[in-house]
Amino acid sequence: MSNKKAMSGNQIDRYRRRFLAQSAAIAGAATLGGGLVLTRVAHARPADQAVNSDKRWGLLIDAGKCANDCDECVKACEMEHGWGRGSSDEQHSSPEQKAQWIRKVTVRDRTTGHETSLPMMCQHCAYPPCVDVCPTGASMKRDDGIVQVDKHRCIGCRYCMMACPYKARSFIHEDLHAQKTESPRGKGTVESCNLCVNRVDRGENPACADACPEKAILFGDLKDANSEIARRLASEPSTEIRGDLRLDLGVRYQGI
Amino acid sequence: MKPTTFREISGDSTGYWALLGLLGLIIAAGLGAAWYMEHNGHWVTGMNNQIVWGMPHVFAVFLIVAASGALNVASMASVFGRTAFKPLSRLSGLLAIALLAGGLMVLVLDLGRPDRLIMAMMNLNFMSIFAWNIILYNGFFVIVAVYLWTLMERRGNRFTKSAGLFAFLWRLILTLGTGSIFGFLVARQAYDAAIMAPLFIALSLSFGLAIFMLVLFASYRGCGRPLGDDMIIRMQRLLGLFVVAALLFVIAYHLTNLYAAEHRDVERFILDGNNVYSGLFWVGYVLLGSLIPMAIAWFAPFRASLGWASTAAVLVVTGGMAMIYVIIIGGQAYPLQLFPGKEVSSSFFDGVVSPYTPSLAETLLGIGGVGVALAIVVVGIRLLKFLPLSLEDAKVDPHYKADKV
Repeated sequence: MSNKKAMSGNQIDRYRRRFLAQSAAIAGAATLGGGLVLTRVAHARPADQAVNSDKRWGLLIDAGKCANDCDECVKACEMEHGWGRGSSDEQHSSPEQKAQWIRKVTVRDRTTGHETSLPMMCQHCAYPPCVDVCPTGASMKRDDGIVQVDKHRCIGCRYCMMACPYKARSFIHEDLHAQKTESPRGKGTVESCNLCVNRVDRGENPACADACPEKAILFGDLKDANSEIARRLASEPSTEIRGDLRLDLGVRYQGI
Repeated sequence: MKPTTFREISGDSTGYWALLGLLGLIIAAGLGAAWYMEHNGHWVTGMNNQIVWGMPHVFAVFLIVAASGALNVASMASVFGRTAFKPLSRLSGLLAIALLAGGLMVLVLDLGRPDRLIMAMMNLNFMSIFAWNIILYNGFFVIVAVYLWTLMERRGNRFTKSAGLFAFLWRLILTLGTGSIFGFLVARQAYDAAIMAPLFIALSLSFGLAIFMLVLFASYRGCGRPLGDDMIIRMQRLLGLFVVAALLFVIAYHLTNLYAAEHRDVERFILDGNNVYSGLFWVGYVLLGSLIPMAIAWFAPFRASLGWASTAAVLVVTGGMAMIYVIIIGGQAYPLQLFPGKEVSSSFFDGVVSPYTPSLAETLLGIGGVGVALAIVVVGIRLLKFLPLSLEDAKVDPHYKADKV
């Protein structure tokens, strides 16, 4: 009887141990798997599939991490798209005429004197004024939120430049010769940050996000509640530049 | 009163051909400048990524606004029943078409890719006020041409009234559209105001009439056709009235902006900036373009003088150009407010007032547009019956009494 009791006690212990082990395994798998899902890189869209509005690409920029004297993001953009230091073109243009897809802006509080440095580029508005005003539809927003210029349709009227609240657009003032295959540019047309659409469509991050040594630029899908950018935007404070215009920006900032 | 007799000008004098030659040279210079800008790219202009619209846009907007205003002389007769203006309707329509053609030529030739214009016109984005304007401008040509046909062709006479009314409504909408190009720009402190649209209508009335007066006076002086004192006085007074209307809108615009704290800095920049824009506004627009023409319009010593009326018109045109320059260039020179209330600096000239010096090429392109407009009129009045043989007071005013003046 006592043996029977002892056996059933051992069996119960075995069952309990197995149950605990299995539960731990399932919990572990769920945690790790979930983690893998949560931290997965943005899936590349197959080339034969049209862009849709299931995603909205955006950036979260932590200005608190952005060093005053660092312009790695700018340099990466120049190299990726072949402007500025990434190109031998635009020799005739004055500094005011040269294109700048992204720039470092220093913001100084007049009262306290506190300075913040941050990268400024196209803010990829959900309601982009540049798209509204473009007479030909060359200035356009993809369904995934990327705002860019179709340089084959642009007539160079520059109305979009007048309309952009962020001075994100540049007009090309002269002939260009050294262009990047993936980033065509042309005299007499307007251009701006396209969120590295060439890289995003391959499932990669924009060049600026990859280049930032402080990892201050986070790229991701704003519509995916499990993406890091969406989770951080949901749990941490962030700002839209000129949020008063209610353009619903794809680029959000922290630390300003 | 006998019906007005219209007659082509003879156009066989040396003066006529010299004028046409001069206009030809001006147009050639404008086209040459456009080719130079397109061939090299816009780096040869004073325009840049900070001041994206420059001198060509000042000329183009001025001419387009003036075009709709020039048609107003015809509307005075066809819509508002002022029969004394009826003999001027044909010239009014011709000048409206001519000014619009000149303005559009400048606008189109300044494009980065003018070669794509036709393609662009077939792919219009109807959210864009620019796209609407393309339709409004093209429609204006057609409607004014039809209106002119109803005036000049006996079979069309019975449609004159309705065509005139339609043309009047169309020109109102057209100028609303031109003003809205700026009114819809939420990003810029100097624009982003609904009042820009009616302001442009008010400006169009004075710009258009001023140019009309100059063209009319020059034609009659040149051809030796009679022009009555009453007609001059009528135009002087009307110009004064239009100048007051425009000035009131300008005052309302600036007072509203001064009241709003967020716009005070840009107002200080335009009105009290110790810069070219403040000078052009106060001296160019307010003093030369408004106050002096108003004095000429209403003070007796200047009355019924072709010289003074012409002076007033020249001043209104000069002041008008100054005003459009202040609106277009001054509005862009003032920096965008990325972080309102904070100081901003960058490699892209954020936070600083952008300098702008128009180049010779872009100025020549603008003047070329004026040349095109004038050439259309000069050729038009020689080919077709646009000008009455006489504008003597007794011939245009059924109630004219010789002792009135």
